[in-house]
Amino acid sequence: MGTLTGSFKGFGVTFAHMFRKVITTDYPFSPPKPAPRYHGRHILNRHPDGLEKCIGCELCAWACPADAIYVEGGDNTDEQRFSPGERYAKIYQINYARCIFCGLCIEACPTRSLTMSNEYELARDNRQDLIFTKKELLAPLLPGMELPPHPMRLGETDKDYYIGALTNPGTSVGAERAPWSDAGSHDASEPQESADRPETAGTVRKEGAPR
Amino acid sequence: MTDVAKRADTVTLTIDGVEVTAEKGELVIRVAERMGIAIPRFCDHPLLAPAGACRQCLVEVEGQRKPVASCTQTVAEGMVVKTQLSSPVAAKAQAGIMELLLVNHPLDCPTCDKGGECPLQNQAMSSGRADSRFHEHKREYEKPIHISSQVLLDRERCILCQRCTRFSEEIAGDKFIDLMDRSSGEQINVYRDDFFGGEGTGDGQAGDGEGDVPFNSYFSGNTIQICPVGALTGEQYRFRARPFDLVSTPSACEHCAAGCSQRTDHRRNKVLRRLAGDDPAVNEEWNCDKGRWGFRYANATDRLTTPLVRDADSGELREASWSEALLAAAEGLKAARERGVGVLPGGRLTVEDAYAYAKFARAVLGTNDIDFRARPLRASGTPASSTEEADFLAASVAGTSEVTYADVENAPSVVIVGLEPEEECPILFLRLRKGHVKRKLKVTAVAPYLSRGFEKLGAALVAAVPGDEARLLNTDAAIAGALSAPGALLIVGERLATVPGGLSAAADLAARSGARLAWVPRRAGDRGALDAGCLPNLLPGGRPVTDAAARAELSLAWRIESGVLPSSPGRDTDRIIAAAADGTLGALLVGGVDPADLADPRLAEEALDAVPFLVSLEVRQSAVTRRADVVLPIAPVVEKAGTYMDWEGRLRSFVAVLPGAAMTDGRVLEAIAALLDVPSNHPAAAQKTTKGFSLNTGDVMAIRRELGGMPASSAPRPAHPSTAPADLPRPGEHEAVLATWHQLIDLGSLLDGDPVLAGTARPPVVRLGKDLAEELGVVDGDLVTVGTGRGTVTLPASITDLPPRVVWLPTNSPGSTVRRSLGVTAGAVVKLTAGVPGPILAEGASR
Repeated sequence: MGTLTGSFKGFGVTFAHMFRKVITTDYPFSPPKPAPRYHGRHILNRHPDGLEKCIGCELCAWACPADAIYVEGGDNTDEQRFSPGERYAKIYQINYARCIFCGLCIEACPTRSLTMSNEYELARDNRQDLIFTKKELLAPLLPGMELPPHPMRLGETDKDYYIGALTNPGTSVGAERAPWSDAGSHDASEPQESADRPETAGTVRKEGAPR
Repeated sequence: MTDVAKRADTVTLTIDGVEVTAEKGELVIRVAERMGIAIPRFCDHPLLAPAGACRQCLVEVEGQRKPVASCTQTVAEGMVVKTQLSSPVAAKAQAGIMELLLVNHPLDCPTCDKGGECPLQNQAMSSGRADSRFHEHKREYEKPIHISSQVLLDRERCILCQRCTRFSEEIAGDKFIDLMDRSSGEQINVYRDDFFGGEGTGDGQAGDGEGDVPFNSYFSGNTIQICPVGALTGEQYRFRARPFDLVSTPSACEHCAAGCSQRTDHRRNKVLRRLAGDDPAVNEEWNCDKGRWGFRYANATDRLTTPLVRDADSGELREASWSEALLAAAEGLKAARERGVGVLPGGRLTVEDAYAYAKFARAVLGTNDIDFRARPLRASGTPASSTEEADFLAASVAGTSEVTYADVENAPSVVIVGLEPEEECPILFLRLRKGHVKRKLKVTAVAPYLSRGFEKLGAALVAAVPGDEARLLNTDAAIAGALSAPGALLIVGERLATVPGGLSAAADLAARSGARLAWVPRRAGDRGALDAGCLPNLLPGGRPVTDAAARAELSLAWRIESGVLPSSPGRDTDRIIAAAADGTLGALLVGGVDPADLADPRLAEEALDAVPFLVSLEVRQSAVTRRADVVLPIAPVVEKAGTYMDWEGRLRSFVAVLPGAAMTDGRVLEAIAALLDVPSNHPAAAQKTTKGFSLNTGDVMAIRRELGGMPASSAPRPAHPSTAPADLPRPGEHEAVLATWHQLIDLGSLLDGDPVLAGTARPPVVRLGKDLAEELGVVDGDLVTVGTGRGTVTLPASITDLPPRVVWLPTNSPGSTVRRSLGVTAGAVVKLTAGVPGPILAEGASR
């Protein structure tokens, strides 16, 4: 008797799941949306005029417990200005083979230049590509932004960028979230047309690959 | 315990409840430090006079109404001191001072170079309040301002501790920066017209106003190192790295014979900065700007990385494998061994590498034609048969270590000949100045004029026309008087070699007066090369080549058959060059020698062209490598271990800073020697179980063991030379006798690749006396042309108090390459014209 009721009990779990919401994700065709504060890949933000917020201070590298960040500072000049003030990051690299996504770097950042996005598709097929440089990390230019180097547009000195900076929220709009994550209001149970999904660096499809 | 006789010069006091005995006059902060109690401080520096400027070191002293600054308070009998560790009053006072120091501090630590190694940062954490009660706008200044091409001043960060101004005034004697203005506007700055009602630019940038004086000190880098905040930073290291990602290695400076200990910081296989090391016996805590910033040459783009061999078909140098290049070098040297091979190792070698050259020349090439001296050895026109300097070095310098920095500081009187200490041995200058300031050291300079360095030493001048030094040393009463005091020193520079009879007179004077003699060369490797035997008349350890017992000693130590070592003195640099030029020599083996440093660069280059086979061991491409048949790349100083010997005879060992595959000179020479056959009396060689002789210079430790295991020379010291002074030349109208020496920062090849450092060089001028200025009709700043039959040098005039008919030029500065352009050295007669070269001189230049 015990065997019979036991079997039904076991099947009961199985049958109950048939009526629950599906948790299997249809990745990569409809990738799941992470929590809003999910620690994904980093972004180097910009001021509203397009200048970089990063001043190359290396505090992120100092804070990093995995030694994943490498920064070399450089001198801003009036002819070649990348950030307000004297100093900018000439080289900025994050090695995603080492990063443990702890977020200590963004806590250390004194200018809120470094933040984290929700993007989690960071697999690459070689180690070299896992080292992200400024090219990959800098936030995209939004309307009104100008590609540095260019002079300071928001004030005479760097203090105008920092003192009373409440009027300068800075921006990583459009970058703080992975490109598809805001659009992805769907959940995994609803199949999504793969063609609707913007491509990210991690999901660039090869030509002719089956969809 | 009370029975122990109490010394009259000590007192007993209590610090934090612990009884301690201290010397009378000692500062409370030092006594506490000795006990292991760290009192926070900014302005206090053990080598600078107490100032009490920052007030951070407040402690409570029982019986005193208010907390006192422990950096200015001397100890007293029965004093009871409570530091922040045991006294809430002291702790509160320190926190209050820190709060006040931070009122105007910008807290821009993220962009500040000092961040991470900043005493203000650290002590704000350890002794400051968690928050500030001052929320007003901070004082703002233009930031940063260049006070020299190398040093940047950020006045917002400055806490007015005055370490920089005190260093500049007390130690270097270059009072270029000072406190300016009053009250809350008080600031450190250089002297600018703005401050004296002039027409400055007002933006704070120095150097724009007419009367602005930039911070042109050879020791300016030290102010950056001792600045306790980030107010003074250096252009070269600016924003390059953080202390946490630098790897520090103790090192020794390769620039001059002062022998400074240094700290070299590198990151990712690139040296980013060098700091003065702390060696109380040598450089104390200072170094000069050349040593601090002159390291970029090793990263130059013309660095050699692979061996080069001259292609037999095309006649061009082409890259080759090590085995091919070594074989080519060995075959060429073997073929030339019969005719003779000259060895010019240069003066920049470590003791170990110099020893390798000395051993290679003697044991493998069988020649004494080796000379480390890459500079004029004698006055222009003196016969090459004169071996005065080599004899002097053998008699009075090799193997000695008689005079030290401490002796210099404590001497009652010093006579300096043939040396401008600030330009040619800056740390010796600092020590002389310390003796002058603290112990009233009397300095007597035998020189054409009182240079800025001599003025800072308060030197008495014995004015000497170049070439006349020997006569003055023999006869001048002021010199004899200065050396009569017990403990007096006679310091001669390498330049005295160009005065006929100069070194003879110096050795004679030292013997007569009982004064001790010190010889100060200019390059870091000179003294080591001398003791390692890179001289035509000396074997390693100061053994004369003519002494049979000395040769036998070495044959035994080197395990070579007796009779291999040549017994007669070889050719010196000048004669090696001459013999190579006229085809006598079959080959030259050249180390780090720049032909432009030799007495006659043109002849040297002709010799390099003419010699049938030329092997060059170099770090970078040079005038020698371009002419060489085989070029073997060797390691720059940062990539090898070794030892320099400073002018005192003190060994300055260092380890490799950067890992690198580059080999030392010694290792390369060992590899060549392995391909050449040397008759050996090694017992194993007789049984043919081993190849026999090995140069055994591939490993630094092996060389040190070999040198350490060698017995002291038993050969008697040769007598010092007795060359008679020569007659002085008599310059006619529009002619003058040339005086010249190197400026510290000049066109030297170890200063390449650094425009920022070159910007701090003293502007080259031609110095001439009033008599010549009137004859030529020039005033300060007018162009004057100095010429010989070979060429001309045109520089702005600076009218200086010189002896009649003497003109001074910097030896190797921009616009003034005396040896190359004029082909003469000090003591020669040169022609003078006002303005740019006239037709006759210009013709000479184009010839």
